[in-house]
Amino acid sequence: MGLLSDPNRRRALTSLVTRLNTPLCVLCYLVGVSWFMGLAFEPFMLRTYMSENAMGSTMVEEKFVFGERAISYTREFAGQKKKTGGMPVDWLVKTMKSRGLEVYTQSFSQTLPFPDEVKERYMVRGTNVYGILRAPRGPRTESIVLSAPCSEGNNNNQAVGLLLAIASYFRSQIYWAKDIIFLVNEHDLIGTEAWLEAYHDVNMTGLRSSPMQGRAGAIQAALSLELSSDVITSMDVALEGLNGQLPNLDLVNLFYAFCQKTGVLCTIQGKLQRNDWDTLPGYTHSLSTMLLMVLKQGSGHPQGDHGLFLRYHIEAVTMRGINSFRQYKFDMTTVGKLIEGMFRKLNNLLERFHQSYFFYLMPSLTRFVSIGYYMPAFGFLALILVLRAGPVGSAERPCQSTGGWGQRRRAGDIQHFPVSETEAVVLTAIAIYVAGLALPHNTHRVLSGAGTERGWRSLKLFSLLYLAVLLGCTTLINFSLGFILAVTMIPVAAFIQPHRSSKVLHGVALILVSPATTLLLSIYLYHELIEYPVSLLECWQHFLTAVSQGILDHHLYGSLLYPLIALFIYPCWLQFWNIVFWK
Amino acid sequence: MASHRLGVAVFVLVATAILAAESEPNQVESEQLQDVGGSPDAVFSDAEGGFKTGDGASETVPGQAETPPHPVETGQADSAGRRVSIEVGSDRVEEPVADEELENLQAEFDLQDAPQQSEPVPTPRDHFAEELVIRPLLSGDIYTSFQFRTRWDTDLHRGKKVSHYRLFPKSLGQVISKFSVRELHISFTQGFWRTAQWGQPLLSAPPGAELWVWFQDSVADVDGAWRELTSVLSGIFCASLNFIDSTNTVQPSASFKPMGLGNVTEQRFLRYAVLPREIVCTENLTPWKKLLPCESQAGLAVLLKSEKLFHSSYHSQAVHIRPVCKDSACRETSWELSQTLGIVFDLHASGQSKREWSLFKMFSRTLTEPCPLASSSKVYVDVTDNPQGEELFDLSPAVSLQTQAVVLGDRRTFTVYDLLTPEPYGPTRSLNILLKWRQQVSVDMQRPVLHTERYVSGYGLQTGEINTLLYNSHPFRAFPVLLMETVPWYLRLYIHTLTVQSKGKENKPSYIHYLPSKDRQRPHLLEMLVQLPPHSVTKVTVQFERALLKWTEYTPDPNHGFYVSSSVVSAMVPSVVAMDTNSTEGRPLFTTLFHSTEESSYFMRVYSEPLLVNLPTPDFSMPYNVICLTSTVVAVGYGSLYNLLTRTFQVEEPSGGLTKRLANVIRRLRGVPAL
Repeated sequence: MGLLSDPNRRRALTSLVTRLNTPLCVLCYLVGVSWFMGLAFEPFMLRTYMSENAMGSTMVEEKFVFGERAISYTREFAGQKKKTGGMPVDWLVKTMKSRGLEVYTQSFSQTLPFPDEVKERYMVRGTNVYGILRAPRGPRTESIVLSAPCSEGNNNNQAVGLLLAIASYFRSQIYWAKDIIFLVNEHDLIGTEAWLEAYHDVNMTGLRSSPMQGRAGAIQAALSLELSSDVITSMDVALEGLNGQLPNLDLVNLFYAFCQKTGVLCTIQGKLQRNDWDTLPGYTHSLSTMLLMVLKQGSGHPQGDHGLFLRYHIEAVTMRGINSFRQYKFDMTTVGKLIEGMFRKLNNLLERFHQSYFFYLMPSLTRFVSIGYYMPAFGFLALILVLRAGPVGSAERPCQSTGGWGQRRRAGDIQHFPVSETEAVVLTAIAIYVAGLALPHNTHRVLSGAGTERGWRSLKLFSLLYLAVLLGCTTLINFSLGFILAVTMIPVAAFIQPHRSSKVLHGVALILVSPATTLLLSIYLYHELIEYPVSLLECWQHFLTAVSQGILDHHLYGSLLYPLIALFIYPCWLQFWNIVFWK
Repeated sequence: MASHRLGVAVFVLVATAILAAESEPNQVESEQLQDVGGSPDAVFSDAEGGFKTGDGASETVPGQAETPPHPVETGQADSAGRRVSIEVGSDRVEEPVADEELENLQAEFDLQDAPQQSEPVPTPRDHFAEELVIRPLLSGDIYTSFQFRTRWDTDLHRGKKVSHYRLFPKSLGQVISKFSVRELHISFTQGFWRTAQWGQPLLSAPPGAELWVWFQDSVADVDGAWRELTSVLSGIFCASLNFIDSTNTVQPSASFKPMGLGNVTEQRFLRYAVLPREIVCTENLTPWKKLLPCESQAGLAVLLKSEKLFHSSYHSQAVHIRPVCKDSACRETSWELSQTLGIVFDLHASGQSKREWSLFKMFSRTLTEPCPLASSSKVYVDVTDNPQGEELFDLSPAVSLQTQAVVLGDRRTFTVYDLLTPEPYGPTRSLNILLKWRQQVSVDMQRPVLHTERYVSGYGLQTGEINTLLYNSHPFRAFPVLLMETVPWYLRLYIHTLTVQSKGKENKPSYIHYLPSKDRQRPHLLEMLVQLPPHSVTKVTVQFERALLKWTEYTPDPNHGFYVSSSVVSAMVPSVVAMDTNSTEGRPLFTTLFHSTEESSYFMRVYSEPLLVNLPTPDFSMPYNVICLTSTVVAVGYGSLYNLLTRTFQVEEPSGGLTKRLANVIRRLRGVPAL
């Protein structure tokens, strides 16, 4: 820092940065983006390895042979489900009890702020059934969870059947050191959230639920199972949880290790691993896998029931059985063995998962990119904002932002309009969003220094620094979200100016990188990546759904994406919008 | 060698049986022993050696007492024995001994002859009884509870040292006299008693190790004695009791009262500690078995094979020492040592889901004989849930002897197998009690009147809340309970957030004793008396903050979490017998006239689950990296920033050369500001 304290050198440095500002910024952007792209190149990645001693050194032998029993449970469960027209609570309680578990039920009800049109629910009322296998000579201090959602239709019947078969097999074993909770939850995520809140005796989302009776200490890990067919061709693992939280990498490694052992094909983001990393298709394959993970993580939406466990510091993944057109199929016994092996290893855990990484990206199941490798990509992008703040910062006094944009995206009196509540909410949100664009009409009257060169410069200085801090904080919590926003917003934000001639051009560029457009583009990219392309109209439909889901996620599970966009990112973007239309 | 040992064993048997009838004060007995025996320790060790070989079963019966004792090693003690017997012969009839004891002694005396005719020595008397209670639980599991009770009519505290030990283990006797212990209760438990499925245990204990001791009021330095005592006990029981220190020791003000004689209830003589993390295994069982007179060679203790005992759902072993009345007049005290062991065998894991239990299946042993030193040896099978006509299970071999007892407020019926009689053994000369469930029992066991549950709520590593739920499932009686919580200092309790709620309303405790913690010195102690309304759940909550420990204070596995010991609920619980006032089946009508009988309520202690709480933990995996990184960041970042912030920048004029400097010197001399 002697460089900065010496006035001469400082002057030289400043002049250098000012003179070469634009090339430097362009360079930073290019380096940042290509660094990120390079992360998916295999020689730059680390190979996954098991850090936890308790996971690695011990051998377990899987003896689960009750695949047939699982299928018969499945049939019975499906029949009972059809008969009761929902979750067959009594049957589940009876079955679990007869297998020697301690069975409890928990009923809950939740009213959504507006009807969820995707899942067709508004007033949700349900019951979770869970059975606890008490560890012999265990003091009830630790437990592991195996959960299977009881979904509508015929989905996931096999998961419940397998769960029951595994429960009855586990019950007769003597080696358990931790209690095992077998949870069948209704209404997927809402049920899981209700169960977790009741288990930890907190209430964050205004759920009403019956008090919980049976507990089993601190939950160390959880596996969520989704199976919809009697045989599977591969097993997919979903990692991304609420707000982009990820489970410890060791749990993923554990899944991979047992897939290898039992011979089950395993995928991540629905993509198999390829060996030809040195070819272009190989590279694009791992890049698209990684981009899918980035998009899913950035959405902040839990990708499975496991996603809600992560808030409670419970490491969890969702395992999804996939039945595709491949020739070779695996039966329930194999899947049971896979789960048995994982549980026996989890049973050996002495401490909570803590050895391995919590922040990572996975371009394939055997390779990962740790936080130390992906952070520089963002660092280069953020550097642009700082570099640009230098020349702009000739203004001495940054002016106050006129904060407090009213983000009241509540649908008010909706009965008078011929739209459904959900549409009303989404359209109102978009309307308010668009109405914000008209803000520069009025703001120049209230802003001090309006109309002057110094005025917009100080506003821009403030906005750039604000954006840098905002994106920096976001990236620390949820790298993917921060990076997506940085890649889109930073270049435009850094270069806009209120020039009369290029006003339209700047305006269009800024609209193209506004959060809403980013969301739209992300949705488009996502569908491209999962090889299920959508037309623009469909994309718009998905966009509307995503907005309503985002608001619902916030209300139901406490997802932070919606408030983050509404209260921080969008106002920040509006400041840049103001700069473009500075008078 | 075997015959020599056998001789010694027989001698000691005879001698001590006679000693048992003696009523002289202890001072005399020990003196005389010293006189006669020369080296009493030698006698003791010989005796012990004798017992060890006593597994030859029927050979050690007193009928063979004619065998002359070995002349070399026990010559002197031998004469002592003879001296005793004469005096005993003269006044044994006047002894106010318990009936069974008397019978037993007489049986032994009848078999004696000539060698006992010599001069008397007053010596202590003790007797040993063993029993096993088997209770089939409605969940299909089976609960077995052993109790071995040694009573010794002597005073270990007053007067001189007692050196002659017979049935009472010397290691414990010495501990009692050295540390002036009035009462000692120690339990090692692996597993948690599932009250909701299994009902009440005969003796409850918290998971891990629990130790509570009342010291004599003569002890000046109680803390010092406690510290030494825990170390000694840790050696005796092969357990980590030496981890008991001031940070986990408390002095409960009301929850623990002496169980035996003694009017000292001043809490400063009481120490209580729990180690919830203690793992109980064979290394704790072996020293425990060694305290038994027959060890595991004969009697009920042959069943205690660790490979089967630890194939169970619950294992709790305990040692209780307390002074008791010697007789009904209670002029003198005796010491009672009771060793208990409770095991629950799991239907699904060890019963292979076949609803069939036998001694052999549970213990892989059968009973062939009682412990020859025992004055009573019985097996009780709880058949309360198996009334005539609608049998839930079959019991074989069938015996006619039945007895009734009120256990924990419930009238229970037991089938009794008296092992001292030949009847239960049958023609095969071995007793293998077989219990076969007739039908699938799906009845939920009636919830016990009082039970508790405890958990930590909240998430994150900063704060949390300890919740204790107290269930009173009695339909119409309210009763008070004493709740005691011991919380380690690193959970900083916010005592102002303490709430007690029953049925949605605040329930004000009538007594609260709270001793705040001191960092690294003592834990929080919270005791309160709460009235539990009938048929209700009372929730006691208190919030806490997790402290950040110093880095050396973390355990080697810090991410496992830290244990908070079980909370203790002590209560006088209204009994189930008193609950059904209408049913008079089989009982005389007059028994319902009295409003309160001795069975109307009973004392019970219930332990909750221990808690596992994660504290904020630094990443210990790469301390070197972390230290280097943080130091560098601090040094470079902070240092230069500080430098920039504190330095005053001024534009330096190029100095005017020599003349200017000279001018400045002159100006300074004149007192004028420089140029």
